[in-house]
Amino acid sequence: MRRQNFSRRGLLRTGAIGGAGLALPTIFTSSASAFTNNPTGSSVTLGFNVPQTGAYADEGADELRAFELAVEHLNGGGDGGMLNTFSSKALDGTGILGKKVEFVTGDTQTKSDAARASAQSMIQKDGAIMISGGSSSGVAVAVQGLCQEAGVIFMSGLTHSNDTTGKDRKANGFRHFFNAYMSAAALAPVLQNLYGTDRKAYHLTADYTWGWTQEESIAAATEAMGWQTTEKVRTPLGAGDFSSYIAPVLNSGADVLVLNHYGGDMVNSLTQAVQFGLRERQANGQDFQIVVPLYSELMARGAGSAIAGIPGSQNWDWKLEDEGTKAFVKSFGEKYGFPPSQAAHTCYVQTLLYADAVTRAGDFNPCAVVEALEGFEFDGMGNGPTLYRADDHQCFKDVVVVKGAENPQDEFHLVEIVEVTPTEQVTYAPDHPMFAGGALGECNPGA
Amino acid sequence: MDAILIQILNGLDKGSAYALIALGLTLIFGTLGVVNFAHGALFMIGAFCAVTLQKILTLSVTTIDPERTDFLGNPMKVQTPYVENWFGPEMGATIIDWAVPLAILLAIPVMVLVGFVMERGLIKHFYKRPHADQILVTFGLAIVLQEVIKYFYGANPIPTPAPSAFKGSLDIGVWLGFDPYSIIYPYWRLVYFFFAGIIIAGVFAFLQFTTFGMVVRAGMADRETVGLLGIDIDKRFTLMFGLAAAVAGLAGVMYTPILSPNYHMGMDFLVLSFVVVVVGGMGSLPGAVLAGFLLGILQSFASMNEVKSLLPGIDQIIIYLVAIVILLTRPRGLMGRRGVMEE
Amino acid sequence: MLGLERKDTLLLIAVAFITLFAPIILNPFPAGSALAQFNAGYPDLMQRFVIFGIFAIGFNILFGLTGYLSFGHAAFLGIGSYSAVWMFKLLSMNVIPAIVLSIIMAGLFALVIGFVSLRRSGIYFSILTLAFAQMSYNLAYSVLTPITNGETGLQLTLSDPRILDGASTGGLPVTSLFGAEMRDTTTLFVGPWSWDFSVGYYFCAVLMLLAFYLSVRIFRSPFGMMLRAVKSNQQRMNYTGLNTRPYTLAAFVISGMYAGLAGGLLAAMDPLAGADRMQWTASGEVVLMTILGGAGTLIGPVLGAGFIKYFENIFSKINDGILHQWFAFMPDGLENAMVAVIHPFIGKGWHLTLGLLFMLVVIFLPGGLVEGAQRTGRLFRRRDKNADHVESDAARQRAAAE
Repeated sequence: MRRQNFSRRGLLRTGAIGGAGLALPTIFTSSASAFTNNPTGSSVTLGFNVPQTGAYADEGADELRAFELAVEHLNGGGDGGMLNTFSSKALDGTGILGKKVEFVTGDTQTKSDAARASAQSMIQKDGAIMISGGSSSGVAVAVQGLCQEAGVIFMSGLTHSNDTTGKDRKANGFRHFFNAYMSAAALAPVLQNLYGTDRKAYHLTADYTWGWTQEESIAAATEAMGWQTTEKVRTPLGAGDFSSYIAPVLNSGADVLVLNHYGGDMVNSLTQAVQFGLRERQANGQDFQIVVPLYSELMARGAGSAIAGIPGSQNWDWKLEDEGTKAFVKSFGEKYGFPPSQAAHTCYVQTLLYADAVTRAGDFNPCAVVEALEGFEFDGMGNGPTLYRADDHQCFKDVVVVKGAENPQDEFHLVEIVEVTPTEQVTYAPDHPMFAGGALGECNPGA
Repeated sequence: MDAILIQILNGLDKGSAYALIALGLTLIFGTLGVVNFAHGALFMIGAFCAVTLQKILTLSVTTIDPERTDFLGNPMKVQTPYVENWFGPEMGATIIDWAVPLAILLAIPVMVLVGFVMERGLIKHFYKRPHADQILVTFGLAIVLQEVIKYFYGANPIPTPAPSAFKGSLDIGVWLGFDPYSIIYPYWRLVYFFFAGIIIAGVFAFLQFTTFGMVVRAGMADRETVGLLGIDIDKRFTLMFGLAAAVAGLAGVMYTPILSPNYHMGMDFLVLSFVVVVVGGMGSLPGAVLAGFLLGILQSFASMNEVKSLLPGIDQIIIYLVAIVILLTRPRGLMGRRGVMEE
Repeated sequence: MLGLERKDTLLLIAVAFITLFAPIILNPFPAGSALAQFNAGYPDLMQRFVIFGIFAIGFNILFGLTGYLSFGHAAFLGIGSYSAVWMFKLLSMNVIPAIVLSIIMAGLFALVIGFVSLRRSGIYFSILTLAFAQMSYNLAYSVLTPITNGETGLQLTLSDPRILDGASTGGLPVTSLFGAEMRDTTTLFVGPWSWDFSVGYYFCAVLMLLAFYLSVRIFRSPFGMMLRAVKSNQQRMNYTGLNTRPYTLAAFVISGMYAGLAGGLLAAMDPLAGADRMQWTASGEVVLMTILGGAGTLIGPVLGAGFIKYFENIFSKINDGILHQWFAFMPDGLENAMVAVIHPFIGKGWHLTLGLLFMLVVIFLPGGLVEGAQRTGRLFRRRDKNADHVESDAARQRAAAE
């Protein structure tokens, strides 16, 4: 209270000194509105926080393209994209609740600290009411925690760790992207078809939380169908040269190498494994195989011909045949000249889902949005019928199993779809042990 | 036994890269007394010489193939590289296939030029400035260089495969009397190892057996006296900078099939190469080479499962641990001279 | 006043004035105007300004006075943050115990690392500190995940014990100083302007003023003189029979504790501690801040810290859309041309701009921003030797020492 009096006095003095043209100052406190950054003007601001520097900068750039496209469609521009195929018809191209959608961008640098600083500035300075984007699980979890505390909604971008909607789940955070458990559940049957049930797997795992959850998930799923796990080796993040980790694989008695790597690590470990001749080798009387559980078409481009025939999983692929995918690929391709990546897709869909939830709730209040998204079932967004589960704010939908093309016709056809694994097969209980230890808590409207 | 041998090979291979980068760094430091934080960026530019040549060779004419369609359903644009038009499809494909080794020819003049421009345009003005200023300005330059590369080539790694003649791997174990397939090693890594050996030998021979090298060595020991003798040492030092840049660049070119180049690979190597130089002893060329191979081999051993299960995480810190131990037992690194960089 | 000479007192008062009115000074443009993009007066960034100011002030006590260039100071920042978050998790959300623990822990680590590293000097010392810091970072990222929560960073959870506070209900608790919540912000709207006054900022600001005052005292004390003597000629000191190591070690530990305080404050403002804080790039950042501002000067490091943080947070957020708004008054062709020219330097190109500025500052202002300020000052003021700025003798000393 005293501080406010002081401010008022100081302020009056300032006003008096510089006063001629200034109207009498009015004083509000920020706690006047019901929730953080309540949009009172004619527009609403969304915050798109993507990696613009560092190893994932290209992925971030693709996410940003998708966000711009989504905003354009929400404001009634372009051909409307997935708005035409989305099962919910609440959005009509007049912004969100009649307010024009504007956005601010920031750089996560793929560091939790920098990402939080950037998100914090969007919330405090630019009045963003929703934060989205990102290309790593560490950043997603960190920013999700921040949004929970600040009282805004977080619609995560590309994050694959089980923890995002597992032990680090938050009421204000939502994930459309799939996770390591789903990758494993979708891949396992395909691997069984391809390579049989009598296999010995050797894991090379990026030594941080995402790598660990994926290793755990894949090992569990493959062991369930009869495979053995001979060794799990942790590799330092950004090791560059993986030769000293790959060389021992040759004589370990294993006949499958599972690379729990992403980004630059995946490109390097895969290329080098192929250089070491693993794929021409025989072990235990069978051809040696390599598996990369999480695929990304941008990274596939980096690995070049090394990916031919290597199986993996994706959240979505632009070559899917449904109407939603076609509409999205068309508007994205016509605007930018190349097909979108799965990172772009998930960011586009998340933006639309948020806008739709606000519209259906008729309110920007984060708690109303949470209520509208929880248990929401929709279709027409490229993944078939999808459920935003209320228990953990994870989307449940089909998973795409792909493998590297042997003779790609161009740089956009590096992977081909092997199978679309139906939702039922990748669904798990909310209290599954791999996701235990977290609680959503209550939604926080801030202020 | 075979597991240890193969890790020694891995270590020699890693060590070759470390040694080459550290060699250039030491040349610059030893001759010019400049701490060059942009040296990693020179390595990166070398790697991108290979990428650039690959891009040039695959410059293509675009023809429209009405039979096929692209992802939007429009008629497909087919790209045919010019070299395939000029030299015929087979010869053209071979040239493209050999882009990485050919890039050496491009990298040498480019790197020497980059070195000259850097030295004459920037470093020259920093000879008399404190090391802290040198670090800051070269660090700034490193950031600028890598951002420029990122602007043109993006942030993703770019595949630069070795020629298909070197794609397989060699069964070394059979030669040494082991079972077949117990020690196999990729051809290109062996090429890299021998390439590094040649470059290192070349640099040493150059400094040892040419008059130019002799003057430079004299200048490293006592710059002033050499200047008093009426020898234009500055000009020779400029050449040395070009040479150091070329060594770093060539290390980068040949490394591209092992590590797909991206714009920040220079920064990734920078800290490591400084550790190598310091462990070897500031200003000592044999020290830099020795430390490069030593740290490479130790790092490979630390990555073995047997070692990791005893000491979890040892592979993450081995380099730094070794650096600490060596610096505490040998105050100036393995072969450092007294009074260098100790003010 | 306060045991300071007159010019130091003036400097302290000036810094205090700027810090206390920062919310107004840093928001010179009306909210909603095109230039509001350049406003930096929002709580999170202002907090970062003063926290990294503390970090750089502490680093300067070591580097500016003794000339020992540590490349591993970020480790102490990280240790401070981890200690603070653990305190929030185990004991209480009150910031006092957290900050006390982070200073103590950072001090202990600095004692051990300093004791070992200070056995060497010059670049050998730099590499030793770098090696310790990189080891801490690599281990914190991977093997030590049970303590540090690895990549994600250590966070508060609902299930933390928090012995003094009791079980939390509903949402996550927030950090506070005896009930005053750190995130509490009062916003003033004056005409078109809006200014944020946040509890957290003023808490940090007061600590920074204390830290700054302490550093002035150290600079002017016999201890500070001793450290400068180490910088100018350590050998001579040793020949006179004086053991310099206790002095340098004391300086190292003090600057480590400053870093711990900064780390603790970062966690107190935003209870998350990430391993990235300990990476060598973070150590390099504080070196850059100090040199950029003016090593060995009192105010330089604070200026450098503000400069770099401003770029990181403001320039990275300018995107093409904003550029088009700025140049909307121009004809279309010219507008697009202007956007195309500026595009590589903003948004995702902010690193490029920063790199160029480093180079320009080092090339043309060897004494850092402080020297720049002096030069501009001299332009406007008749040259008067006696009334020379307080910083100039520090800058001169630096030049002489090197």
